[in-house]
Amino acid sequence: MSKENGVIYRISGPVVTAIGISPRMYEVVRVGDEGLMGEVIELHGDQSVIQVYEETSGIRPGEPVIRTGQTLSVQLGPGLLTQIYDGIQRPLPKLEETMGVFITRGVDADGLDLEREWDFSAEVKKGDEVGPGHVIGIVQETETIEHRVMVPPKISGTVKSIKSGTFNIKEPICILDDGTEIAMMQEWPVRHPRPFVQKYAPDVPLITGQRILDFLFPLAKGGTAGIPGPFGSGKTVTQQQLAKWSDAQIVVYIGCGERGNEMTEVLDEFPHLIDPNTNKPLMNRTVMIANTSNMPVAAREASVYTGITIAEYFRDMGYNVALMADSTSRWAEAMREISSRLEEMPGEEGYPAYLSSRLAEFYERAGRVQTLAGSDGSVSVIGAVSPPGGDISEPVSQGTLRIVKVFWGLDAGLARQRHFPAINWLNSYSLYPQALDQWYRDNIAPDFPEVRTEISTLLQIESELQEIVQLVGSDALPVDQQLTLEVARMIREFFLQQNAFHDVDTFSDLHLQYHMAKAILSFQEEAKKAMAGGAQLEDVVNVPARTDLMRGRFEKGYQDRISDLVSEMNKQIDASMEAN
Amino acid sequence: MLVWRLTRGDIMSGKEYRTITDVKGPLVFLNKTEPVSYGEIVQLMLTDGSIKNGQVLDTSDDQVIVQVFEGTASVDRQTGVKFLGDVFKLPVSKGLIGRILDGAGRPRDGGPDIVADEMADIIGAAINPYSRQSPESFIQTGISAIDACTSLVRGQKLPIFSASGLPHNDIALQIARQAKLVGSDDDFVVVFCAMGITAEEYNFFVHDLERTGALENSALFVNLADDPAVERLITPRLALTAAEYLAFEHDYHVLVIYTDMTNYCESLRQIGAAREEVPGRRGYPGYMYTDLAMLYERAGLVKGKKGSITQFPILTMPGDDITHPIPDLSGYITEGQIVISRELHQKGIYPPINVLPSLSRLMNAGIGDGKTREDHKSVSDQLYAAYAQGKELRGLVAIVGEDALNERDLQLLKFADIFEDQFLRQSRDEDRTISEGTLDLAWDLLSNIDTKYLVRLDQKWIDKYHPTDKIGKDEE
Repeated sequence: MSKENGVIYRISGPVVTAIGISPRMYEVVRVGDEGLMGEVIELHGDQSVIQVYEETSGIRPGEPVIRTGQTLSVQLGPGLLTQIYDGIQRPLPKLEETMGVFITRGVDADGLDLEREWDFSAEVKKGDEVGPGHVIGIVQETETIEHRVMVPPKISGTVKSIKSGTFNIKEPICILDDGTEIAMMQEWPVRHPRPFVQKYAPDVPLITGQRILDFLFPLAKGGTAGIPGPFGSGKTVTQQQLAKWSDAQIVVYIGCGERGNEMTEVLDEFPHLIDPNTNKPLMNRTVMIANTSNMPVAAREASVYTGITIAEYFRDMGYNVALMADSTSRWAEAMREISSRLEEMPGEEGYPAYLSSRLAEFYERAGRVQTLAGSDGSVSVIGAVSPPGGDISEPVSQGTLRIVKVFWGLDAGLARQRHFPAINWLNSYSLYPQALDQWYRDNIAPDFPEVRTEISTLLQIESELQEIVQLVGSDALPVDQQLTLEVARMIREFFLQQNAFHDVDTFSDLHLQYHMAKAILSFQEEAKKAMAGGAQLEDVVNVPARTDLMRGRFEKGYQDRISDLVSEMNKQIDASMEAN
Repeated sequence: MLVWRLTRGDIMSGKEYRTITDVKGPLVFLNKTEPVSYGEIVQLMLTDGSIKNGQVLDTSDDQVIVQVFEGTASVDRQTGVKFLGDVFKLPVSKGLIGRILDGAGRPRDGGPDIVADEMADIIGAAINPYSRQSPESFIQTGISAIDACTSLVRGQKLPIFSASGLPHNDIALQIARQAKLVGSDDDFVVVFCAMGITAEEYNFFVHDLERTGALENSALFVNLADDPAVERLITPRLALTAAEYLAFEHDYHVLVIYTDMTNYCESLRQIGAAREEVPGRRGYPGYMYTDLAMLYERAGLVKGKKGSITQFPILTMPGDDITHPIPDLSGYITEGQIVISRELHQKGIYPPINVLPSLSRLMNAGIGDGKTREDHKSVSDQLYAAYAQGKELRGLVAIVGEDALNERDLQLLKFADIFEDQFLRQSRDEDRTISEGTLDLAWDLLSNIDTKYLVRLDQKWIDKYHPTDKIGKDEE
């Protein structure tokens, strides 16, 4: 690759125009005397338009622009987990070492530690045929995750030699008969999806421990979900809950254009949180990407691609990966900003006309796949959306809703009532239940889908009754409808509300969720019977054991006690009938 | 072919160009310069001898666009333009404390120029998220509504969402006067940044700061309503640069108050329009989120430094509309908001803080045992719930009358009134301590509600803090 040198012609914010080079689209170039990293995003006559990932003030026309011949890529290999990166995979701790607490510019840092040595144990031997994606050996990267070292895509052959032992990630550990050397590290251009054999229909739920999500609006492993909501409605808390508790083996968390202090909170908290599935710190399975709102806008644009490429890499090892992007609106705004500097013809609300296709391309990189090596892996994508004024008719929300299969609609009204998670049960939806029902029947309870339907029907009826109540008051309703309101209130306060900051309530096992839902239905049934036998609604509702049942969810060991609590409640309800 | 003349600048070396082709709003377009760097500072020598400052917004071999901070009045084609070869820097030193500067950083109080220890780039670099420290020290403002329900912590950015005609300035000043860390002698240095406020408001601020002696502990950056609108874009950056220097070089705890962010955003829109940019919502530029973040995100604490920056931006919501782009984008960046209510103001309640839409995202990190008091969280939740329900019942009472309410609802309805009258209302110089002043008062007011309805309070706190059970007594 010849390295031509050009010069800067024009600078306008993060967009720099160069002349004298003819790079390829999306090639990475080094801009100015300080060698700032940039990416070619438009070719225009003899001019190349470059988006620069660092602050551009102080740069002047005439300074050099150098081609690298590479497209924007990430380094993939052992050392990704527990790391925190900026939008272009520079490790933030490394940046702190070289430039102090403020992020200045012109510093290059490898995404992975090239010096660090890892214990590699080979899984194939001399003479084995290996192809793209085949696992040739493993490295115990963290306590809980083994890193499966794969043959890079497009490479195949017969193993000529392979060695186990302690190596750094650039050292060749395996040589094929045609002389190809394979090291633990590989690189991949972020804007290209990594290859796989085929996509499967998702039929296993991603269990999150969040009752309203798992029970009413489940997401499948390999599925896509959007969480739109106005500020203060709990988007970030919901995303963090998913990062903490979802049963994915790997979590990639992208803080895209959000608050610096929030990322700090995650960094402080995650090493201390214990994964309920492995009993080891959650950090062991997490990769974080933080490009806060005041970091350069072009790197924000790149951050979601960096994140999803890392997610795909772990998917190719056969892991279930969950990726959270908070917030995709900031990503879209970065596109808008760059687009307007390019003086492109704007689409709706100033966003570029290609906004919805970029969103679609991004979410399409999710999925449950058969990997090149033939195993099963998945990437589930959960994108937060921050619609201006909470109005989801805006382009980013609409572009997202057209693609995702699950919609968790956050509601400012619920947040104001301190009903958390503030997910509106009337307008949220999931298109996965049908595909997942069989799994629920086989693994949780044979009547699981029916219980879900009953619960959501009750909520639906409640919303209709509430309209009447607002006109005439609840006393005007017949007692059976008043009971329905009581049951629905129980669903909302006992089941749907969940305290993310309470150490027990923050996570609910799926079996427990089922039992809690059954407890509510059992209350309804017993109460109906008792009232038919002459009991008063007030007495039925106020039996002490019902309060115990509802409060009990904050205590450890609830799962073992819930059936006793339910039968005690039922006994007291029966007794209230006899008292009358 | 354009002929351009070179003259030697007399203040600093550098060429002076007389190649202005276009002037449009605050922007000046020049042809044929030697390479000029992006963001470089520019001086314009007008034919009447006056000097204006500007900054390069766009630079290429053929054309340079300069944004003029003082406005382009009397700029003509003969105006000389000199590029100073550097980006905008503010001379910083501890001497900034006690000084009043104008919106471009020049002394306004008749004092000498600032003797610089350092020249600091005003754009400011982003803090590495990895290097931040979580804010968790409670700041007592002495205002019950804030301390109890939307607690402020050191390093937070908590804006006041207000509207025209409401007493947000009084509240900001009261906070500036009273803010302190519980159990610490560390004082705050106030950096005050005025953007487009009237001379009257400015005098009010200065007078108040003088009266209380706080001026000696403050640095003021002032751009008034009749000062150039473009200058407003650099005023907050100067203020924050000063704040960063004081916080991270000299270990001060800095409270930055800026008013009014709405004027700042208007200026941003003005520049955007002059540059013929594609506008976003309501004509504001599409990059307003990023631009605001570059200001708001300069709050916080960093590892290894003792100082901190806490921000109190004030913004007036046009038409009291919280979904307007200015409060909306701010709300997405800041860590909560304090909402001022016209309704409460009209009832004569000061401070008219509506706690229901107000929020402090960092509250949980800053309160509780060892920080404020163990019962703080429960009390706050209970106040919130009871007041919310009481307020909702007011609507119902208007339709069906009080007779239709049961006992619980009546208690809640009454509570909403006394909450506004006794808890929210306090005088402009009343400084309530968190424990005795605010939380005990809350318990006292909550005792107007039967304990069995206080479901958000743990029994152990009721046993420990509940005053004599008023309701129980009545029955005896």
